[in-house]
Parts: sequence; structure tokens; C-alpha cells
Amino acid sequence: MAVGVEIPENARIIRNLLMGAQFQHDHIVHFYHLHALDWVDIVSAITKADPAKTAALADNVSNAQVGGAAYYKQVQQRLKTFVDSGQLGPFSNAYWGHSAYQLPPEANLMATAHYLEALKLQARAARMHAIFGAKNPHLQTLAIGGVTCVRDLKPDRIAEFLYLWKETQAFIRDVYIPDLLAVASFYKEWGSIGGTTNFMAWGEFPESDQEPDSLFMPRGVMMKRDLAGVKMADQEKVTEYVTRSWYEDGGAKHPYEGETKPVQEDPKYNPDKGKYTWFKAPRYTDEPCEVGPLARVLVAYGYGHKEVKAVVDSVLKQLGIPAAALFSTLGRTAARGIETLVIGERMETWINALIANVKKGDTATYQAWKMPDKGMGFGLNDVPRGSLGHWIKIEGGKIKQYQYVVPSTWNLGPRDDKGKPGPLEEALIGTPVADPKQPLEILRTVHSFDPCVACGVHVIDPDSNEVYKVRAV
Amino acid sequence: MEPEKAFAEKLTRRGVSRRDFMKYCTALTATMGLSAAYVPKVAEVLAATAQRPPVIWLHFAECTGCSEALLRTQYPYVDDLILEVLSVEYHETIMAAAGQQAEDQLHQAVKKYDGQFICVVEGAIATKFNGGYGKIGGRPFLQIAKDVCTKAAAVICMGSCSAFGGVQAAAPNPGGYKGVGDALGIKTLNIPGCPPNPVNFVGTVVNYLLLGKLPDLDDLGRPLFAYGKTIHDQCPRRSHFENDEFVEEFGSEEAAMGYCLYKMGCRGPETYNNCPVAKFNNGTSWPIEAGHPCIGCSQPDFWDEMTPFFEEL
Repeated sequence: MAVGVEIPENARIIRNLLMGAQFQHDHIVHFYHLHALDWVDIVSAITKADPAKTAALADNVSNAQVGGAAYYKQVQQRLKTFVDSGQLGPFSNAYWGHSAYQLPPEANLMATAHYLEALKLQARAARMHAIFGAKNPHLQTLAIGGVTCVRDLKPDRIAEFLYLWKETQAFIRDVYIPDLLAVASFYKEWGSIGGTTNFMAWGEFPESDQEPDSLFMPRGVMMKRDLAGVKMADQEKVTEYVTRSWYEDGGAKHPYEGETKPVQEDPKYNPDKGKYTWFKAPRYTDEPCEVGPLARVLVAYGYGHKEVKAVVDSVLKQLGIPAAALFSTLGRTAARGIETLVIGERMETWINALIANVKKGDTATYQAWKMPDKGMGFGLNDVPRGSLGHWIKIEGGKIKQYQYVVPSTWNLGPRDDKGKPGPLEEALIGTPVADPKQPLEILRTVHSFDPCVACGVHVIDPDSNEVYKVRAV
Repeated sequence: MEPEKAFAEKLTRRGVSRRDFMKYCTALTATMGLSAAYVPKVAEVLAATAQRPPVIWLHFAECTGCSEALLRTQYPYVDDLILEVLSVEYHETIMAAAGQQAEDQLHQAVKKYDGQFICVVEGAIATKFNGGYGKIGGRPFLQIAKDVCTKAAAVICMGSCSAFGGVQAAAPNPGGYKGVGDALGIKTLNIPGCPPNPVNFVGTVVNYLLLGKLPDLDDLGRPLFAYGKTIHDQCPRRSHFENDEFVEEFGSEEAAMGYCLYKMGCRGPETYNNCPVAKFNNGTSWPIEAGHPCIGCSQPDFWDEMTPFFEEL
């Protein structure tokens, strides 16, 4: 936008396919490997589950291609051997046996088996990225003006992509979503814990050069949980505070004017009154907003988006919970699965559009452009974790000013000048914690945001009882 | 040979054929620069040992892309690597424990395996302001690294950040970030890249398990089996370079014909890595195959030294 170039249709499709594959891949990994063990007790799966009953449960709730009593017995045996070795590796010292784990042993074993299946599946799913993007992670194909992978617009490459897409989408439909519903059905009380107030999405997946109108996941903002009041979001209304962040003080600034001047000292952690984080505090019309799967799904649902609405309504019906329960930790984790299913299904139409273009001889992937002496522009995307904005000013053919506002600063950012907390901080208030020394419940809400930090939550001081308003359950 | 057979049988049960497994072992053996005679031995090592070597994986200033890269390994899939080959005692991304329990696990593992564990480090270390720009739970990376790395049997730096400082060490480097070797004044084995190819990590570990020592290194601490030659010298487009056949615009006819990317700013001539041979994601592709010039991501200080990208050397 800053250099005024329109990319060819194939480049737009390939970017959408890469982003779609990113959603499929990331959300599977988040659910099974970064979030599931907050709900699933592996020790119960190993010591208490009956493989035959697990197989019956799995047949009942999912369409997984692998299963059966022998399979679940083998998974259980494999984990037993692992535990008996005395080297527990990544499963060491966790909260196994915690009273907040509520799944029956067989559901624990089913989910644990799928944790291992998903580890393999995600390695294959990531190959979708490598086909057009050289490698995953850190793709190398994106260039201003389009994509560089002109030689990969060939039948064998597209067919390989299609095959991997099918395998991944089948896993989402037949395993991820059924597991999500099965686990959620035992944790319905989490439909009233961990919610926030305002939601914003830049939207993603342009299906023509008309943005934001053609975005498959729409752009919008919803304040005060008003599902009927979703409005178009406007980047001009974004500001960032640094009052509580380890940067030189200054008022709230729009990213075009934003500054990033870190304090020139060993930063002191002063959460009561002073600075306590490297995150800035982004605001929309001066309000904190949650971004990410829940925001995208709520915005789409509020607009009456056909595909999103159908899946949301079906999930609510199957769980027997009202739409109000979406504003919660359960809603956030469910929304992630819902959008994975919807976006994954949509990818087929993009693959077909690419095939149709190649068939008629259109293999254009790049539009030449010239660096202007002066210019400015912004790029708004929605990546798996949430809304991502970039703002640039160009002068003398060089970058004069550059700022970006990323999903985790929206969600995890600190308080602002008026003391208003960011979404995560708001979501944690009122969380019931059975044992402050083992705050499993806190992890559930923190992980539900898929924070982009190696996440270590410390609740070791008895004073935390006041901070989190712990009540016995 | 028995464990190898057992392992192959196990793979078969999980849908991986014995042929595929041996194919992988052959490729890995070749990547490691060992003769074909080692193939069965490599298979044996991957068939799991009685005591899995303990690994403590530290995260400092990084994006977790190197951990993600390792998760993409196939043959052995990462679940085998975690459950049957290695014992990953501490890894913030994949471990179930958090907070105090995670901290305790780190201290217990360092104590229990003092002098025996492999320490893998992902990310750079802040050194300015007493290391104040980078902390975990209030403790500077610098202090954590001093406590843990010095007790390891070997320190493996996974990725360009821990090896050479990476993006946070790029000018003006406000936090005084450095690679681990530099920050601590110790020798480390470096597997640079942004991210590195996981096959080179697996190759290093197998070398350690197979021969009881780390592989031979160059003067930057990089295994010679992976970083002994430039990209340029191994590039399948090399003949186009010799014939003066260059791409001068992405998406052009020359790009479609797979001509040399030198004039698009390719850093292949200055970059030591095995990307053209090993490729990424189970041999699917690598940057030049996708029409993108090499950005030199496994060379020291590449954010300063290799930029501006897309401009001819």
C-alpha cells in the first residue's frame, strides 16, 4: 500500500492459502500441545483408563481414522513404559491429580492419544507452507508485489498441497472438533469464567482486491459485548500508551506517530504504580480490546456471517449453552476450533481458483513496483493469535518511521493512564482457584489467549489471594 | 541389530514403513558425513537407548521458531524424539508444568544430571544494565545461563540468536545482546539458522549418541557435516550463474526458468549451510527452490551484514 502496488490474483490466493494453512496448523498445535494439558490429566489416562471403554467412547464421539481397544492399549502401554523409565521429561512436576481436572479417565486417554497423533499430523501439515514458501517456520516467498514461488504453480505441487490440506482438514473435522466438544462438555462452568468486554478484528483472507469488503473473516469492532452492534473497525482509532511500560514516557500515540524508546537502565518491576512490562498498551477509541479467535468469531457472528454462524449455533446447541457463554475462557477455546473448521473448509475454494487460473495459462505471481521517495501506509491482518497492524512512513526511499501493534500486546498489554486493565488482566479477575499453590485454573485462561511469550505464571505469594480474588470451589 | 528391528516394527505400527525409516537413516547418515556402513548403527541409536540422555532446553531472547522447527522433524517424529530418544527435562513451550513448578523442575534437573545433561539454548542473552533487558521470573538470562550452561556436558546453541546474537543484537542493540558463547566466554556447539534445519540438530545428537562425542566443528563452532560448504557451491542453479543466466525480476520468464538469483540479492556465495542438499520439512523445498534469494540467515550478524536483502552483493 505504501508503494502503491496491486498484487496479481495468484499471489493473493497463495498468500491466503499460506495463511489458511497457518491457521489450521497453529490452532491444532495450540489446542493439543499448548492448552490440552490444562484440561486433560495424563496420569489418570495412564493409570485409570480402560482401553476398551476408551475405544467405545472415541467411536461414539469422533470419526478418528485410528482407534480401537488395541490402539488405546498400545498408547497407554507406551506412556507406561515412558513413566516407568523414571524420566518423565516434559510431563514432570505438573498438576496431575488436581481437583480441577474433571474428565473421566477414558476421555483423558482419548485426548492423550490424540495429543500424540496431532504431534505427527502438525509436522505433515507444515509442509503446506514449504510447498509455496520454502520452509516452515519463517517462510521465504513473500515479496512486496507478490510471491516468488512462480515455479511452484505446477500440477504436482498443487496436488501435494491439496493432499496435505485434505489430510489436515479431515483431522480438524473428525478429531479436533469432536475432542473439543467432548472436553468442553465436562467444563461448562468455564462458560462464565475468563470473559472480557470489547473485541476487535482487522479481518483476513481478501477474496478480491476490494478490502475490507471482500475479507472472508470480516473486519469489525464490538464494544460492551453488544452482538447486535458490530461496526467497521478503523485503524485511525488505534493508540498506544507507554505509561506502565519500560519506555520513555509520552502520551497515547497513533502508530504513525509512535515511539519506541526503551528505558536506559535495568528495568524495575513495579506493578502497583509504576512500569512493569515491555508490552505497550494498545487501545481502540481509548478502550482495551481482546483480539484473536474469539474476537474474529464474535465479529463474524454479529454480522451474521453464514458459515461462522452455522458452526457457532451448532456448537452452542451441542453443548447446550447460550450465546452469552461465548464471552469466556470456554468460548475463546471453542472459537479457535470453530474458525479453524470454517477457514479450513474455505481453503478448498481458493485451491480451486488457483487451479482454474493455472489451467487457463495465468501464472502471474508478481507485479513490479518502484520505491517512492516519499510515502506512508499501513497493513492490517488477522493472524492466528489476532489482529496485527503495521504502519510505515517512507522518506528519501528509506524507512522513516515504523511501528507495529501485535496480537499479544492487545491481549496482554498493561494498564493505561486511566488504570484500565488489558484483556488478560480483566479476564483473570474473579477466577476461582482451588489451591493457590497450584493455580491450574489461572493457566487455563492465560493459555486460552495463546500468548506469544514463553508463558510462566507465578502465583506463589499468599498476597495473590487478594489480587485474584480467590474463592474456594 | 535387534533394537533396530524392534524400532522399525514400532514405526510400522504407526504407519511408517521400514523402508522409509531406513531411507531416513541413510539420508541422515549422509548428512552427517558418515559412510554408508554407519546406517545400521544410526538406526540402532534411533531405536532408543536404556537411559535417554537428559536435555535441558533454555529459552532466552527468541521467537520460539527454533523449537517450532524441531517440532517439524519427521523420522523420527518429534513424539519419538521426546518419548523414546531424548529425555527433555525442561522446555518452556512443551512442558506441562508452569510457574513455580517449572522453576523447581529446572533446578531439580540441573542438580540430578549435573555434568551429564545436554543444554540446548534458543535465544540471545542481554548483557547491558546487568542483563536487565532480558529476565525470566525476575532473574536475568545472564544469571540463568551462568548457573545452567556451566553445569552441562555440552552446550548446543540452536539458531542464530543463541549462536551469534540474532535480531536483538542487530544495531543499535540497546540491550547489549550477545550469543551464549560470547556472553559467558565458553565454547558452544552452534547450529545457526533462522531457524536451523532440524535435521542438523538430530544429526548432531545422533553423532553424540553414536560416537560418544560431538561432531567436528569449524572455527565458528558449527558442525562441519552441515556447514562445511557454501550454499553457492551446492546450489542446483549454479550452472546458470556460470552461464550468466540471471533473474532480474521476480515472476519474470527468467524466474520461471529457475535462473540464478545472484542479482536479486542472493547471499548463497557467502553463506555456509546445507539447505540445498538437506532441504526443509522432510525435503519439501528450500528458499532458492521457492524462487527466493538466500538471506544468509545462518551467518554471524546477518541482520547487519547481509542487509539490505534483495540488493546484489
